[in-house]
Amino acid sequence: MEKPYPVPTPTSQPFWDALREHKLKLQRCNECEALIYYPRANCTQCLSDDFEWEELSGEGTLYTYTVARRPTHPAFADEVPQLIIVVELDEGVRLTSTLVNGGEDDLEIGMRLKPVFQDVPDHDVTMLRYEPA
Amino acid sequence: MGLRGDAAIVGIAELKPERKPEGPFKLGIEQYAGLAKMALDDAGIPASAVNGIVSSTSLREASMFIPATIAEYLGAQVNFAEVVDLGGAIAAGMAWRAAAAIELGAADVVVCAIPGMPGPTPPNAPPPNPGMGFGASSNAYGSPQAEFDIPFGNIAQNNGYAMIAQRYAAEFGYDGRAMAKIAADQRTNACANPEAWFHGQPITIDDVLESPMIADPLHLLEIVMPVSGGGAFVVASREWAEQSKHRPAYITGFGERLDLKTPTYARDMVHTPVGPASKQAFAMAGVDHGAIDAAEIYDCYTITAMLTLEDAGFCGKGEGAQFVNEHDLTYAGDFPMNTHGGQLSFGQAGLAGGLSQVVEGARQIMGRGGDRQVAKADTIYVSGTGGVMSEQAALILQGA
Ligand SMILES: [Zn+2]
Repeated sequence: MEKPYPVPTPTSQPFWDALREHKLKLQRCNECEALIYYPRANCTQCLSDDFEWEELSGEGTLYTYTVARRPTHPAFADEVPQLIIVVELDEGVRLTSTLVNGGEDDLEIGMRLKPVFQDVPDHDVTMLRYEPA
Repeated sequence: MGLRGDAAIVGIAELKPERKPEGPFKLGIEQYAGLAKMALDDAGIPASAVNGIVSSTSLREASMFIPATIAEYLGAQVNFAEVVDLGGAIAAGMAWRAAAAIELGAADVVVCAIPGMPGPTPPNAPPPNPGMGFGASSNAYGSPQAEFDIPFGNIAQNNGYAMIAQRYAAEFGYDGRAMAKIAADQRTNACANPEAWFHGQPITIDDVLESPMIADPLHLLEIVMPVSGGGAFVVASREWAEQSKHRPAYITGFGERLDLKTPTYARDMVHTPVGPASKQAFAMAGVDHGAIDAAEIYDCYTITAMLTLEDAGFCGKGEGAQFVNEHDLTYAGDFPMNTHGGQLSFGQAGLAGGLSQVVEGARQIMGRGGDRQVAKADTIYVSGTGGVMSEQAALILQGA
């Protein structure tokens, strides 16, 4: 079964374009300076639509995780156990990802993580995954 | 501000949960009508008195114009019509909306029904493709879940609740035996409820901990059992309530809160929306936690119930395990919780899952709990939870 991959929207396109260059760029609000994830048309703090795209290191810590021992969808059956993680970037925002280059025994909340830019040529997309720092 | 407490749940109806019902099956709209009749008959209120209807988002035969479709089918002329889109919190959301409409004078008798049985298979239907569904996650173009969560496998409920539990463990510690005790105590309640799916099948804490790990730290027996079923309740004005067959369960307080779809984006993953919802409900009803005779707490997972005990204020934050260990949660105990068995042991009939908590709360106040009737049932707390701790509601029900 084919795995689902992201389909960029006009608003999120710069985010996905940056990932393809192996860079992480998120929107910073010019009105209130909030950094937001995921990309939006309006700021989650003040609803301003005035943003700059800011490049980040992408490094962060493990906020939480689970080890899914049954596939969360049939398309992910080949990834079981799935190491699904929530990363808190050093700038404070959180995102969903998966752990690569490590196993379930490596997972510890608070551990340092660094980004892995995983190109998926068939889908013309680069996924932001994470590995132990 | 808030409800005066002049509207009550006066009639209830609930189908016995089934795992693989054989049919013949009724259309969704037929199920709605049948459940409405059962609940009105239970109250002793004639169909001609109905002037409000509330539906869930799920009616197989219509995706729009749902209330008008139902009104026409029932032959009802209604002044108040609602579709409530709150997942597992739908039933609690229905109850307070109906009460508010009645207190405003918009309606007198409001039917709230949630079908939960399969429907007949249409002729020439394509074979079902279960792999295409993403459950409660939307894979539509432009959906944040489709773009930022589904591609990582962050789909459906198990892993979201597991990640909340894992974060809770890191912040407050984790007593797996206390979590398992929630499931075991509720099973004791189910064993006193002949309608419960797991009636006659007691379990121990060790049984729970020895069941397969599904998504760490959640074991199989800490996860709700999907069933077919469905139910309904009727909310009516004080004038109707005083003439109804059973002791009315007045809706004296409510709260509702939602601020996220996917818990990754929660401001704080372990302080859940049921906190502010419950605070409002208690304040509106003017009761404190010590007045609660039983708590019917939405329990898709043990962690859901644990976090609700804490965030609704029955104990302090981080003290949920201690609370569970120190209290007997059975119908005969000092803190009766999910007296019908909870959805963990009664079963979860889709969107009607949360209706089981509302109906059980009313049933206890009516004094119709049978073997599981609590000794004193004057004031009952009910919660509903939709999504992954995404949308939550709380009710206070009180007998007159
Ligand atoms: Zn802003």
